[in-house]
Amino acid sequence: MSTQQQEPEEAPETDPEAAEVPPESHEMKAQSSPQQARLQRKQDGLAARERAADETELEGDTVHIKVFRYDPEVEAKQEPRFDDFYVPYTRGMTVLDALIYARDEFDPSLTFRHSCRQAICGSDAFFVNGSQRLGCKTQLSELSQPVRIEPLPHQEVVKDLVVDMEHFYDQMHSVEPYFQQEDLPAGELAEQRQTRENREKVKMSTRCIWCAACMSSCNIAAGDNQYLGPAAINKAYRFAMDEREDEEIKEHRLRIIEQEHGVWRCQTQFSCTEVCPKDIPLTEHIQELKREAVKKNLKFW
Amino acid sequence: MSQSYNRGLIEDFGRWKEFSAGMWAWIFHKFTGWILIGYLFTHIAVLSSAIAAADGQTIVVGGETVNAYTGTLQGLESLFIVRVMEVGLLAVAVFHILNGCRLLMVDLGIGLEAQDKSFYASLVLTGIIVVASVPTFMQGVGL
Ligand code: HEM
Ligand code: SF4
Ligand code: FES
Repeated sequence: MSTQQQEPEEAPETDPEAAEVPPESHEMKAQSSPQQARLQRKQDGLAARERAADETELEGDTVHIKVFRYDPEVEAKQEPRFDDFYVPYTRGMTVLDALIYARDEFDPSLTFRHSCRQAICGSDAFFVNGSQRLGCKTQLSELSQPVRIEPLPHQEVVKDLVVDMEHFYDQMHSVEPYFQQEDLPAGELAEQRQTRENREKVKMSTRCIWCAACMSSCNIAAGDNQYLGPAAINKAYRFAMDEREDEEIKEHRLRIIEQEHGVWRCQTQFSCTEVCPKDIPLTEHIQELKREAVKKNLKFW
Repeated sequence: MSQSYNRGLIEDFGRWKEFSAGMWAWIFHKFTGWILIGYLFTHIAVLSSAIAAADGQTIVVGGETVNAYTGTLQGLESLFIVRVMEVGLLAVAVFHILNGCRLLMVDLGIGLEAQDKSFYASLVLTGIIVVASVPTFMQGVGL
């Protein structure tokens, strides 16, 4: 089972969010940006839910999960269906832990991607109880039962919870997600310095783990396969806003994102921002790029 | 990749219960925008009766002979269903305007973290305004 499992009395509950936030939350408390306020609310909610979870005492119970099954290569699984598993609950158990248990103990053919178990590899975004979530970052105690686990919507299902990510990766690559500065500082070992302010500006956008939860939640992306999608646009933002790249490179980047299937497709439904497991303010970044694109085109001087 | 299974449209519309505030706002905004366009045409059609009126055409409404324009309006306003549709039109227009202002703020990057609340506020305000307007719209109907 999960390597993350700990004896409750030995260690406090594993909380992926807390593990991620503390370093900045101290330095940023003072300025209290809207993003920070949002995170704070989220954390308060999390704490409240955890308290509630302690009270409901799932401990010792089993958790009922319903998992989507489909495999075109196996006759009995060609017709998609849901399988029920009853997994013994342990404190701190995540959706991914439950799936791993179900696979290891009940049905070795249950297929899903996972690797890091700490919200950093981006392999295990699933559609859990009607929204896109990372399996390893979602506590079972937060969910109502039965917990319905499906593959990400709007991506083709290869098998069980595994979806085809090729198209998502293509979109990510199409915004040229790499540093392109040509004029490097003199001296072979000179660093390319970034100001603290500029680093703060792109900070959230650098956190993307390529999980495709956002793309899956976006119903514009669902209807327009060529739409770059929130993650790719966020990637473009990360570089376009980086002041270490020259102005021409930024313009080149803006040209990519203002194409027909670029930023202007976004209808500000905020679905992506709501599901992003890394709390990236995606809609905000897309809107800012729209304004940048307009500013570039209105430049007469 | 081997064969794959496409779950189709059911994902989008079959799951309306799982839509978030921003998605509802988008759907309602589209819907109300197009209703308003539709109204624009009926509005033009009704107002065009002024052309006939200017040519001296008349209509008999309730035993009275009035010019074509006044007659058309009086005829429509005497129908209960038209009054109900007027309340509906107000609802649609008010929501579109309020949510339109919300969208303009979103475009300017203002208050993005309160986008769900501003959507609910638009809905509630629309409701209040519409309810408050009912007495006015229903005045003297079915005489
Ligand atoms: C003060 C009044 C109004 C405001 C503030 C307003 C605001 C807006 C905004 C901001 C959008 C763009 C939504 C987006 O970003 O996707 C929009 C869309 C639209 N509006 Fe309005 N609007 C107003 C009045 C009207 C009127 C009078 C009509 C009809 C005659 C109308 C018809 C539409 C239509 C058809 C759309 C496009 C809907 C779609 O996305 O398919 N609007 N409105
Ligand atoms: S932006 Fe967020 S939701 Fe989208 S791929 Fe990156 S981490 Fe996942
Ligand atoms: S297993 Fe790596 S992100 Fe969940």
